[in-house]
This record gives sequence, C-alpha cells and structure tokens, in this order.
Amino acid sequence: MSAAAKPASGPAFEPAVGRYLRLDIAGKPHRLYVEEAGAGIPIVCLHTAGADGRQYRGLMNDAALLSRFRVIAFDLPWHGKSSPPAGWQTAEYKLTSRAYVDTIMAVVDALALDRPIVIGCSIGGRIVLHLALEHPERFRALIGLESAAHADPYYDLDWLHRPDVHGGEMCGAITSGLIAPTAPEADRWETSWHYMQGGPGVFKGDLHFYTADGDVRGRLAEIDTRKCPLYLLTGEYDYSCTPDDTRELARRIKGAEATIMQGLGHFPMSEDPGRFLGHLRGVLERVAGS
Amino acid sequence: MGTVAVERYLTSANDDAWLVHRGRFLDVTFLLEVGETSYLVRIHRGRIESVDKGPLIQPRWTFALRASQAAWETFWQPVPPPGAHDLIAMIKTKTLELDGDQHPFMANLRYFKDLLSRPRTPATGGTR
Repeated sequence: MSAAAKPASGPAFEPAVGRYLRLDIAGKPHRLYVEEAGAGIPIVCLHTAGADGRQYRGLMNDAALLSRFRVIAFDLPWHGKSSPPAGWQTAEYKLTSRAYVDTIMAVVDALALDRPIVIGCSIGGRIVLHLALEHPERFRALIGLESAAHADPYYDLDWLHRPDVHGGEMCGAITSGLIAPTAPEADRWETSWHYMQGGPGVFKGDLHFYTADGDVRGRLAEIDTRKCPLYLLTGEYDYSCTPDDTRELARRIKGAEATIMQGLGHFPMSEDPGRFLGHLRGVLERVAGS
Repeated sequence: MGTVAVERYLTSANDDAWLVHRGRFLDVTFLLEVGETSYLVRIHRGRIESVDKGPLIQPRWTFALRASQAAWETFWQPVPPPGAHDLIAMIKTKTLELDGDQHPFMANLRYFKDLLSRPRTPATGGTR
C-alpha cells in the first residue's frame, strides 16, 4: 500500500470496523471498544496483558479468513480504547479470574454470539482454560496461544509501575525480548508500541492474574475436551510461557493438542502475523469442519 | 568474540547518535563480566566515557552483569537460540546475574539491551 498513491475508488480503509459497546459487567456499567471484520463463524480474540486488540490486525486483514469467519476483538476495560469503569481512580487495578471470565461472557452475550471460537494469548491463553472449566458448552473451540496453567514472576513486577521509572518505556523494554529475533521489524516495533501505550499499572495489574490469581494447576483434570476442543500453540522464543510449560499443560489435559511454533515468541499474532496464520489456518479448518 | 572486541563494541556505541540520545539522562558506572574478564564501564549522558579492562583494583560500580564467556557468545550470535536471545531471558534462565542497584539498569533497559547486543548486528549497532 503506497501512502502517496491516491486511491481510485475511495479511501483505503481496512475491513475492520470498530464501535463502542455499552454493557454491564458484574453489575457495573462499562464502555468497551469492540472491532470486527468478516462474516461466518465468530472468533473472539483476546489480547495479552498490558496490550489491546490491535494485536489481531493480521487476522482482521486476512481475506481468506474473513470470507469464512467473523473476527471480533475487544479491548479489556483499562486497555486500548476501552474505558476503566467509573471510580477507577480510587484503587489499584488488579485483574482477577472472576472479572476476566465475567467480561468475556458479558461481551459474548451482548453480541449474541452462538458458540464462538475463542483465541486468547498469554493471559488470554490462561483464561481459555478457565472458560473450558466454567463454560465449555458456550464455545465451539478454545485456542490458547502461549498458554500455561501458571507462571511464576521472573522479575520484580514493581518496576512496571513506579513514579521514578517511565512505565511505557519499561513495559516496552521488559517485553521486547519476548518477541522472536526473526520477527519482521515493523511488526516487532508495532507490538512494542502497544506495550508502550498502556496506562499506568495496567500491565502489572494484568500480571496479578497471570502470576497469582489465575493459577489453574489444581483443576486441569476437570477440563473435558469432549465438551469443547482445546488447541494450544506456543512460540519457541517465549520465555514467559515456555514451550515446556505448554507441553506440560497438554500432558495434563486429556485431548488437548500442543503445537510449538518455530520462529515465534510470546505475541505470535502481532509480532509475525503471516507466520502465525500459517499455524492458525489448519486449526480453524479442523474446527470449522467438525 | 575476543575480549578486545568487547571494548571496541562498547566504545563504538558513541557513534550511534540515537542510542546516545536515548541515554541522555543516564550517568552510571557498571561492571560487565565476560567469564573471567571484567570491564568497568563508565557512562556519562548516554556516552561511553571509558571501558577499563580488568584485573581491576577495588572497582566501584552501581550494578554488575555477569555471565560466562560461552553465554555471552551465544547471546551475540546473529540469531541466538531461545532463552539466550535477551538479557531478561538470560536472567530468567539464570545464565546472567544482575547484581547491585538495579534502578539505572531497569529504568534504561532498552538502552542496555541495545548496548550489549551490539556485537550481534555490527553493521547497524543492534536494535533489539
């Protein structure tokens, strides 16, 4: 796409359309940003901690995918263009399993989605395990990217939110190595930019879920993949959720399938969309065909 | 990567105007250990002021980064393998030790990632 070229037939809009959704989550009014493209089987896309739905721009621009699937991405409260709820300024933001599941189900209900597929990455890859436990009948399939049952912190999370360190610079720099060294430069830096734009303490608040509240190690045996298939895809360069973490998860959930993706890191759909789509298409074919 | 090249790659960071600009609020002395070899690196306003190669007598530093020669050489490969490709990854896998007052390191993390990965992409100075 050339910026200088004047389009012959109108502006060069991408297929995605974004709107603001009013809904109650756990009894509180919220205003969430939702974007979508395509038509067909709905796919709800869940972004990583401290980021937003722009991570799924590759899916939102893939004509083959959009001809058969309705790709939907929303920004969690506090993220991207979604607002925090009124009164947010009086307490530290901390994501919990309960709030995360409630938010996803509220969006699915508000959009009246019939058994959508969910793709979630990192914290999203964790929450699909909670969805598998609590609401397997509501989903056609669950796809966990960079998914593990638990993650221990490997640096002091206080660095992410303190007045004497720039939060945007910190969040961008601490996550930069989670992108594979082979990622295209433009997509690498786009991915980092989303992190640099997060609100103060939001990435850290999401990691409360990732490193503490969202631990499902004790409940994996309850997941029944006959009710809802579970696919796990993890990048080889991910040292937050490592390939071994995902293999261990697959080993403990009967019927779960794990794929380790070469040349990808913790943000496959955003850091190298083309390479990631090569893996995702096969999974979606199987889900759509079943 | 010979030990002489470490000094050269560090001091040549001053040719990278964008790196120096991003470090313009950074004044720190840190210790870099590459296996048995120590380097005391002084940074003033983002510029490498001096690199003193050990043995050092009573060196004073704010923080230290220590890894084996093999670990640094793996990190400096053009496309390093998973776990050896990033300073924070190396801290997690315990191949890199970060010691002392970490504040200037963390507050300028991108600067130090770029500075220390310079041998990886000598043509551009590294941008990872």
